[in-house]
Amino acid sequence: MELHDVWFVLIAVLWTGYFFLEGFDFGVGILTRLLARDRAERRVLINTIGPVWDGNEVWLLTAGGATFAAFPEWYATLFSGFYLPLLLVLVCLIVRGVAFEYRAKRPEENWQRNWETAIFWTSLLPAFLWGVAFGNIVGGVRIDRNFEYVGSVGDLLNPYALLGGLVTLTLFTFHGAVFTALKTVGDIRVRARRLARWVGLVTAVAALAFLLWTQADSGDDKSLVALVVAVAALVIALVTNQFGREGWAFALSGLTIVATVAMLFLSLFPNVMPSTLDSDWSLTVTNASSSPYTLKIMTWCAAIATPIVLLYQGWTYWVFRKRIGTQHIAADAAAGTAH
Amino acid sequence: MDLALAPETLARWQFGITTVYHFLFVPLTISLAALTAGLQTAWVRTEKEKYLRATKFWGKLFLINIAMGVVTGIVQEFQFGMNWSDYSRFVGDIFGAPLAFEALIAFFFESTFIGLWIFGWDKLPQKIHLACIWMVSIGTVLSAYFILAANSWMQHPVGYRIDKAKGRAELTDFWAVLTQNTALSQAFHTLSAAFLTGGAFMVGISAYHLARKKHIREMKTSLRLGLITVVIAGLLTSVSGDVLGKVMFKQQPMKMAAAEALWDGRQPAPFSIFAYGDVDKGHNTVAVEIPGLLSFLADDNFTSYVPGINDVNRAEQQKFGPGDYRPNIPVAFWGFRWMIGFGMASFAIGLAGLWLTRKKFMLAQHLRVGDDEVPHLVVFRNKTLGPKLTPWYWRIAVWTLAFPLIANSWGWIFTEMGRQPWAVYGVLQTRDAVSPGVSQGEVLLSMTVFTALYAILAVVEVKLLAKYVKAGPPELTEADLNPPTKIGGDTRDADKPMAFSY
Repeated sequence: MELHDVWFVLIAVLWTGYFFLEGFDFGVGILTRLLARDRAERRVLINTIGPVWDGNEVWLLTAGGATFAAFPEWYATLFSGFYLPLLLVLVCLIVRGVAFEYRAKRPEENWQRNWETAIFWTSLLPAFLWGVAFGNIVGGVRIDRNFEYVGSVGDLLNPYALLGGLVTLTLFTFHGAVFTALKTVGDIRVRARRLARWVGLVTAVAALAFLLWTQADSGDDKSLVALVVAVAALVIALVTNQFGREGWAFALSGLTIVATVAMLFLSLFPNVMPSTLDSDWSLTVTNASSSPYTLKIMTWCAAIATPIVLLYQGWTYWVFRKRIGTQHIAADAAAGTAH
Repeated sequence: MDLALAPETLARWQFGITTVYHFLFVPLTISLAALTAGLQTAWVRTEKEKYLRATKFWGKLFLINIAMGVVTGIVQEFQFGMNWSDYSRFVGDIFGAPLAFEALIAFFFESTFIGLWIFGWDKLPQKIHLACIWMVSIGTVLSAYFILAANSWMQHPVGYRIDKAKGRAELTDFWAVLTQNTALSQAFHTLSAAFLTGGAFMVGISAYHLARKKHIREMKTSLRLGLITVVIAGLLTSVSGDVLGKVMFKQQPMKMAAAEALWDGRQPAPFSIFAYGDVDKGHNTVAVEIPGLLSFLADDNFTSYVPGINDVNRAEQQKFGPGDYRPNIPVAFWGFRWMIGFGMASFAIGLAGLWLTRKKFMLAQHLRVGDDEVPHLVVFRNKTLGPKLTPWYWRIAVWTLAFPLIANSWGWIFTEMGRQPWAVYGVLQTRDAVSPGVSQGEVLLSMTVFTALYAILAVVEVKLLAKYVKAGPPELTEADLNPPTKIGGDTRDADKPMAFSY
């Protein structure tokens, strides 16, 4: 296994971490409209991810930075080619971060309602757009001999990619609902479980269609294994959710995300961005990667830093392990301003 | 194509806008993290409530500010791929590594521990909670170092070779990239300027309250802390600026000649106070100068030769082929002066403030005040600043808040525009760095969207800051004074509301 193969796996791991963690963040943000009945419940939802959303988002920054360092050609083609969708994602992430921090900083009804609306939309759009982006990466796009993307924005909205968007959107919402059931107490917990069932069923249909399509197009034996794991995990997640085993349900919805990302990367390998114009113009792990020296340095850094990151991020979840309910949210609208 | 709207021009505008905007928040984040951590340490060690109230007050402003720093930073990282894909292809092998290190080592650190600190007041034992804000502080400094090392490599590329076959630059010595003198002196200069910014921020806001005789205990402490920070950081900023200047004279002679509007090499070279020139003809029509000072700034010697813009331009034409290798001279010249002027002004006001509010035992008996009184501004042992001047001093102190922000912005404009036409000095020109596949319309759209969004958020942020500044330090609650003893919080009252919630 060469270093660029190692880095292909590491980039996949970073995206997996991002989708696993920010996946339920996005899901919780979407649930502020689907599940919460009033402001108090919306605040319960927001506060389940309050201490962790920022750390979760760094997985994206790291995936971006690591792609830049390990596969500069991939980074350049991807980010300049998917220009407008990325612009939309960036705007969402900016507004979303500010919305979490600023929502409770003023007591006015309008102010809080606007930021809550922002949280919903800025969670929903990226959850959908990341699926579209990955659908296009795996499905292949128009890349010319200079590794430049020469398609249009419209080309990115093809049926396969849109289905990919639907998968990430529903899967993250399901993941967020299961997470909510695990992290809350009271009425909202029961309703989260009920909602998870319906969202999970929709997810299962969309995911099965998308993964089979992927397998038929570009799969091999390994990706078939990942596909089976993803679908099985999702089904068992639905069953455990039904029986109120919230910890198991969350672990399995997480496993669904892990296996889905693994499936996509397995069917991608050894390409990183296949060209639909000419397979000779596809970006691969060899022609898109950095020099062995850079990869070696990066490997050392990742080998040392990643376990430490997992340790202290994991510890955060331990510190904030208590479930929260409406009783834990200070009653006054400006509770966030009291301290 | 209209040159004013060429993708390269637009991409450069966007880079300038996003960088300057992002850097309004960065220095405050770096310095307020450490200053808040210092105040919280004082609280943990002395148990004086004024320190906890000050911690909560400055911590709140710090959080409002870091939120903007974090979200604008995402654009900084992604725009290299979006607007500068040829740059990314050509130097990604080198430039990507410090960015990846920054994310893996520093961003995770900052963002995880800031979450623990914000929500951890009732979940973590006092000392662990205190450790979290120090972790954030370390994270901000580390993050700054990595990105400054990356920028220093653009100013002075080292530890690389050009692979002709692959058509790109490749890393040969990462350690050289991280520890070259450009990176060290740039980090030294930028970090001390960051503390100058945070100190001035503290001075300005404390002065605002003291002038109104509000929250005297906390604000007196904060004022002194801010003033001491401004003076020490101001000194370090000038020293490091001098060091960095000498490095640049050697590595980027064009930038420093432009900073001085020195058209032709001179020995000894004068420092220009004011210049007005004709860029096309390449000479100044008006110049006010201090003889010999520039030679000293460049080389520690009042009689050294300093090459001028025209000399360096000719040298670069011989080396790199025909072309105009001059940056925008008026911007470089005035940017350099605004940076130094506003930086020095805040330092001077800090120094004056430190003297005027000096310790009790240095004052005459009748001028000493208790802990709950606003200090007299004492010029000499027996003489205070007159009743007419006192309100003015407080007012000037409030304005000081903005000076380092202006200086920082001009500093970056100077150093980035002074490197033009190069993206990587002597290796890659800016015009060859842009994304060939991105259309004019796309860049224009993204620039418009970001600028509009930033403008709206700036208004929101300033209003919020103003609101919390006016509100002053919060009243302490029972929970504040009784921190938990166990990780995860106390279990005595399971339904107790959270100490902090969004």
